[in-house]
Amino acid sequence: MIEVNQLLPLPVLLPLIGAGFALAFGRVRSAQRLISSVTLTLVLIVAGILLWVADSEGAQVLWLGAWPEGLGIMLVADRLSVLMLVVSSIVTLSVLVFAARSDMDEGREKAPVSIFHPTYLVLTAGISNAFLSGDLFNLFVGFEMLLFASYVLLTLGAPRERVRSGSTYVVVSLFSSILFLLAIVFVYGAAGTVNFAQLAERLPQLDPGVQLVIQLMLLVVFGIKAAVFPLSAWLPDSYPTAPASVTAVFAGLLTKVGIYAIIRVQTLFFPHSPLTDPLLWIALATMVIGILGALAQNEIKRLLSFTLISHIGYMLFGIALSSEAGLGAAIFYVAHHIFIQTAMFLVAALIERAGGSTRLDRLGGLASNTILAVMFFIPALNLGGVPPFSGFLGKVALIEAGVTLDTWVIWIVIGGAIVTSLLTLMAVLRIWNMAFWRPLPEDAEAPNRRLPVDWLFSAGALVGVTVGITFLAGPIIEFTERAAADIFADAYLTAVADAIRAVGL
Amino acid sequence: MTASLFLVIAGAVLVAAGLYLFLERSLMRILAGLLLAGNGVNLLFMAVSGPARLAPFVEDATEQSAISDPLPQAMVLTAIVISLATCVFLLALSYRSFQLDGHDEVADDIEDAIVRRRAEADLTSATFDEAEEGVDHDTDLAEAEAEAQAAAAEAEQHGDAGAGNTDEEEGAR
Repeated sequence: MIEVNQLLPLPVLLPLIGAGFALAFGRVRSAQRLISSVTLTLVLIVAGILLWVADSEGAQVLWLGAWPEGLGIMLVADRLSVLMLVVSSIVTLSVLVFAARSDMDEGREKAPVSIFHPTYLVLTAGISNAFLSGDLFNLFVGFEMLLFASYVLLTLGAPRERVRSGSTYVVVSLFSSILFLLAIVFVYGAAGTVNFAQLAERLPQLDPGVQLVIQLMLLVVFGIKAAVFPLSAWLPDSYPTAPASVTAVFAGLLTKVGIYAIIRVQTLFFPHSPLTDPLLWIALATMVIGILGALAQNEIKRLLSFTLISHIGYMLFGIALSSEAGLGAAIFYVAHHIFIQTAMFLVAALIERAGGSTRLDRLGGLASNTILAVMFFIPALNLGGVPPFSGFLGKVALIEAGVTLDTWVIWIVIGGAIVTSLLTLMAVLRIWNMAFWRPLPEDAEAPNRRLPVDWLFSAGALVGVTVGITFLAGPIIEFTERAAADIFADAYLTAVADAIRAVGL
Repeated sequence: MTASLFLVIAGAVLVAAGLYLFLERSLMRILAGLLLAGNGVNLLFMAVSGPARLAPFVEDATEQSAISDPLPQAMVLTAIVISLATCVFLLALSYRSFQLDGHDEVADDIEDAIVRRRAEADLTSATFDEAEEGVDHDTDLAEAEAEAQAAAAEAEQHGDAGAGNTDEEEGAR
């Protein structure tokens, strides 16, 4: 009888094995595509099973290698991590359909073997590893896997533009990796372990000053990954030049891995030191400055990158509240935002295809392309937080959670959140006005209107998912509230302790 | 746990030197900084693992306290492998940058420079109410843009390489 927790390594292992095969069949494009899609479908199935098991039977824990306690690597799937895993596998799978096509268009002829598919699979493995990891060092390894894959994907084909923007990205990421490693040294020196569950017991016994240093170091590291305001300047410079599908996945997923890590650190290690006020101010600054940056942009992908930063502020707001309702709303917002941001970037790629550019002053008249217009308009309203959609529901849940705590700082942040929401609407409607509604400017080139069917299908599927989240918002919010309740009930620690006892260590 | 002060000082000096090099523009110096800082952190790992003891083979016969802590060693090994891979990637990136531009410096973002120049010239954003404005305003915008791109090119230390950049960007549109 195979235990369910034996499934835990699969979301990491399958893509890595797939990456090996994809490399081996580097010259056969169709084989590569088949391998990637089969692998990612399997990962999605496994993630679905884990979601069901973790929701019905509680968190699953697996000690790898049967080492004595404290030595092995631990994988843990609680409600929060499986939700993230399911969301990320849906996104990676649907973007793959998109990518298979752009793979043909971009950079392929320049590279000796097609490296897109293997790298993409390694990226998926890294993301899964980060979500499932039960110790700090394995989280670091997960981050490095996804970062390395992202370096390669960001500079795919290595034209001048991408080398320039890639350099910025690589240098910033390397800096954050060094800082992460340094933080791990501090943690290990102070607590003698890197295991999440053991750290949760030992860190609160340390001197408060040491605790604060460790907490701030980890927050800075994950703040860089999540593009939280003062640490966000790298993002709009580096994401927009990558291939469309890559930007979509990066924008949707990579920053959210940082947010996930912040949730873990804040709730597991430092539940008694939530740093509510500083985090609230940072959340406010992230929201407002991000969206003001978006309003100044003339390029759709850069504009979307700034809205991405701005909406990271909402998630941070929910985390800063450190209440069950706030955290539940933040988790819902993360799930919603992964889909919506990916969908927006895929649609931006469609606009680029249809209009020949993503610069707003060179676009116009796209409203005649009805499918594209609808596919832009729905997620745009959703991102702007217009009532029926999930963006609105997520924001209402966050604000509701804030109102119950009722301090003047929170009221200021709520005001900022509402203003940011309206400004987001303004920013996306500006894209609508410039690219879709007005006639094509006279000096602009004649657009190339042919849109590949598989692109429409893939982007359409994600737009469909964002609408689906709106309809299923009730059950999803219930689930994220259970996930938040788990966190506050120390379900994670209980599950790990049970698992250690079960192995008899 | 006792930590060796020598290791801590050596690690701290390496990390400090590495971070200083990180502030440089050239990718090769950043790479040197990365290697220094990475090795510094590795030394700190050794420092926190306590004094050197027997090789850490977990066997029933050996006393747990007689062997050195295996965990930092495993982490350092992983970190070394990762920094090797980083080194290779940065070398390739730096070489590619040299191939394209004749230098390997991390450049400023062009769109950033354009937005900045607009702000300095006190112009509205390129997407602001353009349809309602006269032709005059449009040429203003075009001029400001051209100026901003020229400035972005100048901002890079190697003027010719920067100009090549903007040329290609124009071509790409």
